Amino acid sequence: MSEHFSEQELQQEVTELESKSATAARLFDIRRIIGGLFVLYGVIVMIAGFTASDADIDKAEGVNINLWTGLGMLLLGLFFLLWLKLSPTVPPPPTTQDEPDSPTTD
Amino acid sequence: MQTPTGFPPSVQLAAELRLPTNWLDYTILGIYFLVVLGVGLAARASVRTSLDFFLSGRSLPAWVTGLAFIAANLGATEILGMAANSAQYGVYTTHWYWVGAIPAMVFLGLVMMPFYYGSKVRSVPEFLLLRFDKAAHLLSAVLFAFAAILIAGVNLYALAIVVKALLGWPEWVAIVVAGFFVLAYITLGGLSSAIYNEVLQFFVILAALIPITVLGLRSVGGWDGLSDKLSASHGDNFMTAWGGTGIGSDNPLGANWLTIVLGLGFVLSFGYWTTNFAEVQRALSAKNLSAAQRTPLIAAFPKIFIVFLVMIPGLVAAAVIPRFGTPESGYQYNDAIPYLMQQLLPNGVLGIAVTGLLAAFMAGMAANVSSFNTVFTTDIWAKYVVKHREDTYYVRFGRLITAIGVLASIGTAFLASSFSNIMSYLQTLFSFFNVPMFVVFIIGMFWKRASMKSGFWGLIAGTSAAMVNYFWIYKQGIIDIPTDQGANFVSAIAGFVAGAVVMVAVTLFTAPKPADELQGLVYGTRSPGMAEPPAPGDEAWYRKPALLGWGAVILAAACYIPFSF
Repeated sequence: MSEHFSEQELQQEVTELESKSATAARLFDIRRIIGGLFVLYGVIVMIAGFTASDADIDKAEGVNINLWTGLGMLLLGLFFLLWLKLSPTVPPPPTTQDEPDSPTTD
Repeated sequence: MQTPTGFPPSVQLAAELRLPTNWLDYTILGIYFLVVLGVGLAARASVRTSLDFFLSGRSLPAWVTGLAFIAANLGATEILGMAANSAQYGVYTTHWYWVGAIPAMVFLGLVMMPFYYGSKVRSVPEFLLLRFDKAAHLLSAVLFAFAAILIAGVNLYALAIVVKALLGWPEWVAIVVAGFFVLAYITLGGLSSAIYNEVLQFFVILAALIPITVLGLRSVGGWDGLSDKLSASHGDNFMTAWGGTGIGSDNPLGANWLTIVLGLGFVLSFGYWTTNFAEVQRALSAKNLSAAQRTPLIAAFPKIFIVFLVMIPGLVAAAVIPRFGTPESGYQYNDAIPYLMQQLLPNGVLGIAVTGLLAAFMAGMAANVSSFNTVFTTDIWAKYVVKHREDTYYVRFGRLITAIGVLASIGTAFLASSFSNIMSYLQTLFSFFNVPMFVVFIIGMFWKRASMKSGFWGLIAGTSAAMVNYFWIYKQGIIDIPTDQGANFVSAIAGFVAGAVVMVAVTLFTAPKPADELQGLVYGTRSPGMAEPPAPGDEAWYRKPALLGWGAVILAAACYIPFSF
């Protein structure tokens, strides 16, 4: 190994790894998970809000906090699902050279 | 290191903070743990190369890396610590979020990211290797690896204390359970699963903090009620950002405007945000240069507003509990958020809040573990120990070292429970290493002449100067600085100046790095890989880094206005 690492060597190594990388093609879209989890949480917490006792409401300064928080979470979840539907994950271009970003610069 | 806060690992929460959790809250918590594991399992399929495992194949969109960037900072020690800071120092806490974060984040995105991302380095130490030499590289890699495990362990221990106080679980159960989940999802999915879980955690923690803040404000008669109460009990300056910070005058923070702007806003904050690999790693995993630049800029906008979600609960606690934080109140400053959870949240939202807190602890730990395994594998193991092996070997090794790292932090957490003073001492010690990192980077990036050897000596000199100032000049009382935070700011400035002076001096007597080896590493040069064409859609005005960056700076400055007069 040489006394110092050359920049070109390192860039070549990373560029090569980038061309073999599977993340872009195979990693699922996180919007689906956020959307699903928040819709589920929103529904659970809203149900707790609909069945809230007077003690619950008194504790929270007279606010039915479960209902409002649940509604907020539900809307956030729906937002992510809607976003996913309107602009779905773009599959990477068919494997001519993988990486759309920097196929020629090495 | 987290932005230095007042959350010591030796924290004990008050015994009467047990939350009235029921099956509903535990169901919410259980669902979260399942989802966390599921993310790890599902991300597993995307790991083919070491670049996938350590850097998500440099392929994530900017909004994902941006939210992970902010979430990696929003660990539970930060949340509880900053609420405590607010209960103790008042509205001065905003400095940690505005002057102490936004300029540095914008600088990282606009100025430094082209060098980091464009040079294709996989870690912060690797940049030092290219710009300086092996001595600087190895020193920063080894210290970072140690510090990451230490912080992960301290996080785990803090989690155990909080879980014990709030839920009544024995400390070892909390340490082992949280350690296991972090181990499982990072070993399976690598950085992608750490980042995805950070994005989830970001939203869950918001869902936890917003109800606490809203109800807390309501309980004290809104912002005006809060402001009147605290001004009466703690003095007028308590509710201002700059009141009483003239040089020589007295204020709760024990720092003047100059040490706030230079120490916190410049040295400490630039050191943390621009050179801490646990943060920078999120930006390096973005899919192209534009996305990498936008990572810290997208993070800057939530950062500006999150301060209200941690500061208001701290202020409310200080207003409703007489003499909050002193022994006779029965509560410590760190109890602010747990206390409000207990007093205000009914079952359901309470479960969300508990989940958010646990998620934040796990993310704080996971950010350190996922940056530790990268530095240990690519910077230490692959460069000095087992070199030139096939790529699959390093993926296997990365998984192994993740497991070892988590076990080491579990060990650290158990050690912390018996030797908490040593841990707090070590944490302070490591925090001083961040200070000269920034001076070395900034001189290295902007001064071509800075020699190969100057990096190492700059790091050593800056760290020593900061430590001498803190442990000797301040602790021995040679100069009178009223508070630890104030001393922190001054030490940071001392470390920065010493690092800069030594770098210049060493450079004058040693050889510069040949110009052709500096392409793309120093301002004014370009590496061949940097000239990539913008991706389709990146020309949109709302994706222009300069607009986002300056927008964040102006917004943060505007936020100061209502708290300055």
